[in-house]
Amino acid sequence: MNIFTEGLQSAFQMLRSLDPDVLSITWRTIHVSTVATFISILIGIPIGTILALTRFRGRGVLVSLINFGMGLPPVVVGLATWLMLTRYGPLGMFNLLYTPTAIIMAQAVIASPIVAGFSLAAIQSLNPKMLLQIQALGTTRFQYLMLLLWEARLGILSAVIAGFGGVISEVGASMMVGGNIRGYTRVLTTATVLEVSKGKFELATALSIILLALTFVIVSLLSFLQQRKSAFR
Amino acid sequence: MTAELSITQLKLRRSGREILDIDRFVLDSGEILAVIGPNGAGKSTLLQVLALLLVPDTGIIELNGEMIVNGNRLAARRKLAVVFQESLLLDTTVQKNIEIPLRIRGVGRTEAIRRTREWMARLGITHLSGRRARSLSGGESQRTSIARALAMQPEILLMDEPFSALDYPTRKSLLAELGDILHTTRMTTIFVTHDFSEIPALTRQVAVMFDGRIIKRGNIQDILGETAVSVRSWAPWDEDMEDGRGAG
Repeated sequence: MNIFTEGLQSAFQMLRSLDPDVLSITWRTIHVSTVATFISILIGIPIGTILALTRFRGRGVLVSLINFGMGLPPVVVGLATWLMLTRYGPLGMFNLLYTPTAIIMAQAVIASPIVAGFSLAAIQSLNPKMLLQIQALGTTRFQYLMLLLWEARLGILSAVIAGFGGVISEVGASMMVGGNIRGYTRVLTTATVLEVSKGKFELATALSIILLALTFVIVSLLSFLQQRKSAFR
Repeated sequence: MTAELSITQLKLRRSGREILDIDRFVLDSGEILAVIGPNGAGKSTLLQVLALLLVPDTGIIELNGEMIVNGNRLAARRKLAVVFQESLLLDTTVQKNIEIPLRIRGVGRTEAIRRTREWMARLGITHLSGRRARSLSGGESQRTSIARALAMQPEILLMDEPFSALDYPTRKSLLAELGDILHTTRMTTIFVTHDFSEIPALTRQVAVMFDGRIIKRGNIQDILGETAVSVRSWAPWDEDMEDGRGAG
């Protein structure tokens, strides 16, 4: 309890004094996780939508893979991304290993199945007759999809929240492909692990509290958006 | 504007079972037709095929003599409007629910707003314009759904048990208003119903479906007997209800 209260005080102090190290780590965490979530939205929502609306041979296997991907261990994703980006890997020529881009790539891989899985569930839970009604309005394929996503937007926002939650909290992949380089690839989770390993529990607690506060603010904003739209349900 | 819709040698099978098998069916311009039949007769499926929402295995569908193929399906669909048993409104306001489909069909913003206001007024839902669809009662929802369909000024109106979820007073008033509107606009209409008491308020023309086929078609009196024409036989407690008008 002592460590926690001291950590809380340290967190306030670091933020109040605008500690450049902490601010840089916090900003990098926001940047990396937001971009990764955005990429996962671009990948996950179309995949979830296609799987929800189509029937084809092998669809069941794909749905199983998406569901499996929702529980992918970040360390495994980190290792796979590392193997792709390492000098002798298929993407080695881009020299992306130990860069923020590498963390974004790994986090996008973690979040995409989460967003796809939640989107799939959100669209599948719509009344099938609603889909017919939207078609009957005379919609083009694009208009149809837009109205469909509008109707499923509460579930889609849940997908975004879950995806963001998945990436901002992971440490294994960021550590492995980012390397936890100070001032370059260090994010709140990797910094916390480092401080614990150094025995600096107060600082680790302070960083954890900042991470919690950051997650709380962003998830609250998304939840507010979601619940405001559902207020008339 | 009204239109003629026809199907020829239509067959539809699902899971190895024949759902529809109709040799020839024509819905004449300006005609109002009620489709009745037991559960599983294929009434709703027929309506979905006619609404171009379901593609049959074989057969030809023609709208105003033009065969419907993939290339003109969307354009043809925009000449129709469908009202389902559930109101199936978008999760937005009543006004937007009527306006958005008009915009989808290419109606300009000013005209869309004008038509939306007109049909909200005609269906008595102007006071609900800013209300979210999900906060409406069953009757209000269905009025909105019908206003949405009519505002599209479809050439053909297709309705699948549009009143079945409504209580008697709501159904009665909505039937009377819709009857007036359909006879004023002479809009070609086909509606599926389980409740024979609804038929006289809208039409006297009835088609009976059984086992995926249309087994009878004609005047309500010939098919259901004299008592069916009298609404009083269906709602004997209702002194105010007038007997059916019918399109003849």
